[in-house]
Amino acid sequence: MSPARKKTTTRRTPARRPARRTAPPKKGAAVQLRLVAATVAAQSAPPIKDVAGLMAYAYALEAEASERYSEFADAMESHNNREVAELFRKLARIENMHAEHILEEMGWTHPPAPPTGGWRWEGLEGPETADYTDLHYLMQPYHALQIALHNEKRAEAFFKELVQKTPSGKVRTAAKQMADEETEHVRLVEEWLKRTPKPESDWAHDPDPPRWSD
Amino acid sequence: MTISAQPQAALAPQAFKSDYKPVWCPGCGDYSVLSSLTKAFALLELQPERIAVVSGIGCSSRIPAYTTCYGFHGVHGRALAAATGLKLARPELTVIAAGGDGDGYSIGGNHFLHACRRNVDMTYVVMDNHVYGMTKGQPSPTTEPDWDSKLSPGGTGMRAFNPLVIALAAGANFIARAFAGDPNTTAALIAEAISAPGFSFVEVLSPCVTFRPEQRDWKQMVRAAPVQWTDDAARAARRLMTDDGMNIGVLYKGSRAAYRTHVAKTSKRPADLEEEFRI
Ligand SMILES: Cc1ncc(C[n+]2csc(CCOP(=O)(O)OP(=O)(O)O)c2C)c(N)n1
Ligand code: SF4
Ligand SMILES: [Mg+2]
Repeated sequence: MSPARKKTTTRRTPARRPARRTAPPKKGAAVQLRLVAATVAAQSAPPIKDVAGLMAYAYALEAEASERYSEFADAMESHNNREVAELFRKLARIENMHAEHILEEMGWTHPPAPPTGGWRWEGLEGPETADYTDLHYLMQPYHALQIALHNEKRAEAFFKELVQKTPSGKVRTAAKQMADEETEHVRLVEEWLKRTPKPESDWAHDPDPPRWSD
Repeated sequence: MTISAQPQAALAPQAFKSDYKPVWCPGCGDYSVLSSLTKAFALLELQPERIAVVSGIGCSSRIPAYTTCYGFHGVHGRALAAATGLKLARPELTVIAAGGDGDGYSIGGNHFLHACRRNVDMTYVVMDNHVYGMTKGQPSPTTEPDWDSKLSPGGTGMRAFNPLVIALAAGANFIARAFAGDPNTTAALIAEAISAPGFSFVEVLSPCVTFRPEQRDWKQMVRAAPVQWTDDAARAARRLMTDDGMNIGVLYKGSRAAYRTHVAKTSKRPADLEEEFRI
């Protein structure tokens, strides 16, 4: 277990020395939060027959995203990175609000059950769900918002693809509405990012690193 | 906890997560494995009081505490020994042994061989990060021979252990490889492993972002296994010997019947046995 738990998010210069590791050396791999898609699953947009089916997907996507942000908030709290914990908590609340709103709009008293065989996403999980490995104990609010932006953009693309591929008029209209909402979320997170200080290049420097070889 | 004989309502994955918040490093693959494990329990409509999660020592071995199931965080390398005893004594429980590559293949390597050979009906989930995470980054049996670090300058130069081939040769009845970055597939694989009779082994590639940060790249390297699982051990051996360790899915399903104790019920009480052993 890393000793990160006992630390606060103090950052200092000089920049971190690159760690030695096996070939191919990935310069600064430890400090890069590269938001890239995984390669394991590549499915196309799910087959959706009616508006209820579409909204069930929309609900699942928001609920899963909210749960993941809550887990991230817990992880950051355990490691004394309170600022980022708070931000993830806020993101979890926002996604949960979206999910609740869908339940309300549809008049559902319970979350919709997944279709037989489970939700079918293009990636490994719902398009708004952040990857567990995208975290770093010294990350800053800016990084958390980058993750959120990446996810909102993926959700936007998900609904836009459905608009393209759905023949039915009603489902298409509802998907278009969801895509527009996601476009608005993208804009809001972009605004939020503009107001958030950019991390310095040595943000991941830890004066007391968990890797004693650093 | 009391075990109820009444049929109970299916639970959500969250019901299998305890109130203890994991202390793993942010980004650690083990968070995802915890999520997959709880999803698998929910998929199978199990109840926490019918499950026991048994572990040894290591970051990954902390997992029992984060579930609401019965748990045993035991001695380093001995998860399988404890889990075997438990399953034989309480066959009605779903028994999961869980831990790391150090715990399972190094100090616990001997238990691993014999657990595969005995084929007791339980599931072994190994969170393999090719390193000893908890003790600050020493090479483990699955570490690549050229992994260069201050603790192993120039690499160990030793051939890496191939847990799936060993499991097959030793007699495991179900063998799968999963990737922590894909919690839904991992949940489905764990659920299938639990449902399969005998000793099921699920090796999960679970990145250690602190000591092996380059493992964040695994998400670009893994792929669904290009061929269906086989029940032919010779064919499975050839596949497992030649794959690059990045094929995800069920790789082997055997048909050996799970081990059961054949001992007739003894009339002896523990006190009688104590008497026999008195010096
Ligand atoms: C008998 C004994 N020997 C050595 C140790 C020290 N030790 C604790 S955890 C560990 C290795 C853990 O590695 P792994 O099982 O891969 O777990 P990870 O932390 O990587 O998840 C070792 C050697 C111990 N606790 N007990
Ligand atoms: S040291 Fe590695 S294995 Fe242990 S919690 Fe941190 S990332 Fe996970
Ligand atoms: Mg390990």
